[in-house]
Amino acid sequence: MKLRELLFPLMAVVCAFTVGAIVVLIIGDSPLQVYGLLLGSALSWPDGIGYTLFFATPLIFTGLAVAVALRGGLLNIGAEGQLYVAAFATAWVGITFAGLPSFLLVPLCCLAAVVAGAVWAAIPGVLKARFGSHEVINTIMLNFVAIALVGYLTQYDYRVAGDPIMETAEIGGTAHIARLGRFIPGLPERIPLNVAFLLALVASWLVYVLLWKTKWGYEIRATGQNPAAAEYGGISIRRQIVVTMAISGALAGMVGINEVLGYRYRYYDGFSDNYGFTGIAVALLGRNHPAGVVLAALLFAVLQRGGVPVDAFTQLVSKDIVQILQALVILFVAAEAMFRWRQKATVGRGKGEEGTRQQAPIAGQQASVGKI
Amino acid sequence: MKLELRNVTKRFGAVLANDHLNITVDSGTIHAIVGENGAGKSTAMRIAYGFYTADSGDILLNDEVREIRAPRDAIALGIGMVHQHFMLVRPMTVTENIVLGAEPGSAVALDLRKAAADIRSLSEEFRLTVDPDATIETLSVGQQQRVELLKALYRRAELLILDEPTAVLTPLEVEEFFSILRRMRSQGKTVVIITHKLSEVLAISDRVTVMRDGRVVGTVNTRETNAAELARLMVGREVLLRVAKSPASPGRDVLTVRNLSVQRVQGVSFDVRAGEIVGIAGVEGNGQTELIEALAGLLPESQVTGTISFSGRDLRAVDARRRREIGIAHVPEDRHRRGLLLEFSLAENSILGVHYRPPAASGAGAILLDQKAIDRRADLVIREFDVRPPDPALPARALSGGNQQKLIIGREFELPPVLLLISQPTRGVDIGAIEFIHRKIIAMRDAGCAVLLVSAELEEVTALADRLLVLHNGRIAGEVDPSLTTAEEIGLLMTGGRH
Repeated sequence: MKLRELLFPLMAVVCAFTVGAIVVLIIGDSPLQVYGLLLGSALSWPDGIGYTLFFATPLIFTGLAVAVALRGGLLNIGAEGQLYVAAFATAWVGITFAGLPSFLLVPLCCLAAVVAGAVWAAIPGVLKARFGSHEVINTIMLNFVAIALVGYLTQYDYRVAGDPIMETAEIGGTAHIARLGRFIPGLPERIPLNVAFLLALVASWLVYVLLWKTKWGYEIRATGQNPAAAEYGGISIRRQIVVTMAISGALAGMVGINEVLGYRYRYYDGFSDNYGFTGIAVALLGRNHPAGVVLAALLFAVLQRGGVPVDAFTQLVSKDIVQILQALVILFVAAEAMFRWRQKATVGRGKGEEGTRQQAPIAGQQASVGKI
Repeated sequence: MKLELRNVTKRFGAVLANDHLNITVDSGTIHAIVGENGAGKSTAMRIAYGFYTADSGDILLNDEVREIRAPRDAIALGIGMVHQHFMLVRPMTVTENIVLGAEPGSAVALDLRKAAADIRSLSEEFRLTVDPDATIETLSVGQQQRVELLKALYRRAELLILDEPTAVLTPLEVEEFFSILRRMRSQGKTVVIITHKLSEVLAISDRVTVMRDGRVVGTVNTRETNAAELARLMVGREVLLRVAKSPASPGRDVLTVRNLSVQRVQGVSFDVRAGEIVGIAGVEGNGQTELIEALAGLLPESQVTGTISFSGRDLRAVDARRRREIGIAHVPEDRHRRGLLLEFSLAENSILGVHYRPPAASGAGAILLDQKAIDRRADLVIREFDVRPPDPALPARALSGGNQQKLIIGREFELPPVLLLISQPTRGVDIGAIEFIHRKIIAMRDAGCAVLLVSAELEEVTALADRLLVLHNGRIAGEVDPSLTTAEEIGLLMTGGRH
């Protein structure tokens, strides 16, 4: 990600925090105290940083999922459903094949997460490729189906008899993945930050390589940028739609690895704190670039982690300030898109001799520097 | 009305669009302003119309300095402008469109009947034959343009500025349009016509001002000049308007089309041989687009009937990717829609269509893109086709239309093609680059490539093609030898033989 690209998201964050400060002032508390608590607790060692990174993990996965889809011209609002199906599949494999040794069971569980997410996301992909039905509608609808489906399975087939909580039995001990506390001195193992965080970083790097260094990524981006030109270039648009959705779903599905193999060691119904939807904001703020997604996920995790002490230690401000800040960040990111559009339009008016005032936005697309 | 721009300068950021312009348009004349894209001709006239205000300099009307700060000032002073893209409300009637913004009657009641009568008499006066009660969407493009003219006349314009008025017209409509302009001149109106088509300048204007790089490089009486001189002034060097070519020496059949029907195309049969250029002329929308897209494999196989064979091989069930692999290159008619990924770099655009195989992709299974090989290919295309600015990292969006076109043609020529499908190769491209592209196409032919060329520019197809097919209503209306046929005869075939 070029440094200049960082400027706008950074501005959006600064603006959000400024407006947030005004809100705190209006409520009657000190912004300094609130932000101090928020950042202080989110960045304290080891609990703050440990939890912040743990919270960031699912957001990196869902942020990547949404980003890949958007690069391919698809809006995947179904990461939430995909991660639920994937988490359940992970737990199912972990329970069913509990006897297997670790070196077999862990990869098998991870595979289950990835495949389940990919398949669930491929459904709206196929529907769009085959019938032209819009992926936004279908991914939203499939969220409800997914949540109801895994809830049903948990309730009637996989809940341990007598357990009052909607959760499955525990997965086999060999399916657990290590918490990072085991390797990092000073980080207690009770903090659920686990190997899945490292996997998230690796996934980000792989997504980068996929999108910009392989022919597949070229085809995904070409299809997203201009489907007619991609088709002209011999790329099958229908195939791209299904493949891109599957990759997106696979990334969303990896949330299940963090949740089931690294944290609760079982499927716990309703575990997702809207990770799939927050992923949309993360991708937006991260400009659909893996590095940006990681940074944006960290920011959202800081807010999430820092909200708790704000609630406890301020007079008037509740942890809802976190929601306000998140909403403001999204608003300013959206405003930035508008700002860019305006800017482009103005430049186009100046350069494109053929553009008239009424056509400024179109002229912007034809802004030219080259002279023959 | 006499119009004079005196020392007009206009700057957009770092670009000097108009540099101390001095243009005088005499009353009662048709004055052409010519120049390449970006020469500043539209900017100059938009200043006269109040769309832009000049940074410095004066506008004089009938030798009096006038302040024109907005189009309404210009309209009040008797200046009208017709834009390249019509500004009409399609579901409304001619009358409603014309009075829009200048509604007659009192503040509350709208007196359309009087307006319609006024428009009818204006229409008769200039013999525009426009029905005031027709809705815009029922009118042909040529008629819509006349509505735009009426709009200006209704506002009592004495001076009309026309921006590229013939770009959307068929050859026949152009003729009618010109006779309307002459009629207006004979009634004492003054007409300024902005164009880059030299043949039209010579046909219609009394005087010509040539612009280049924001400056006036010459104003001459039309009678005392010719196309070659104007082209030289426009480009700044000698330009060959009609690229010389030797007779074709056609070889074996490369493309054989039999009874092909797809969408608008109805039962078309023809051959293209190695080493010849077959041109397709026709008014746009008569099946050219569908024909080329079907040949390139971009239309669903289910819609295509008849046979297409390439060097004896049936192309049914051969998809677009495979067609390019066997040597069918395609320069699409719409470079923004089909030809380019505008947000992608020139380097990335230079491999579209061959991105999945060596040398662009390398390693096991050709998965990884080979950045060095891609850069090499981009450099080659940029160098061979003189793409400017020559920076492979720039997004395609940043290039002018002519340079974008050269990038696409360069990419397709590097395939290298056995059969070249090339549509509207010089649309929106400057004269200097047109000459360059024409030379390249002929060189391709001489190297033994079979070329199928579609162009809406009659001059272009007749200059390049060795054989010319005329398409009308999806059928081939005739095949002619372009060197032995007049434009009138071809024009007749293009319109189905009717006048």
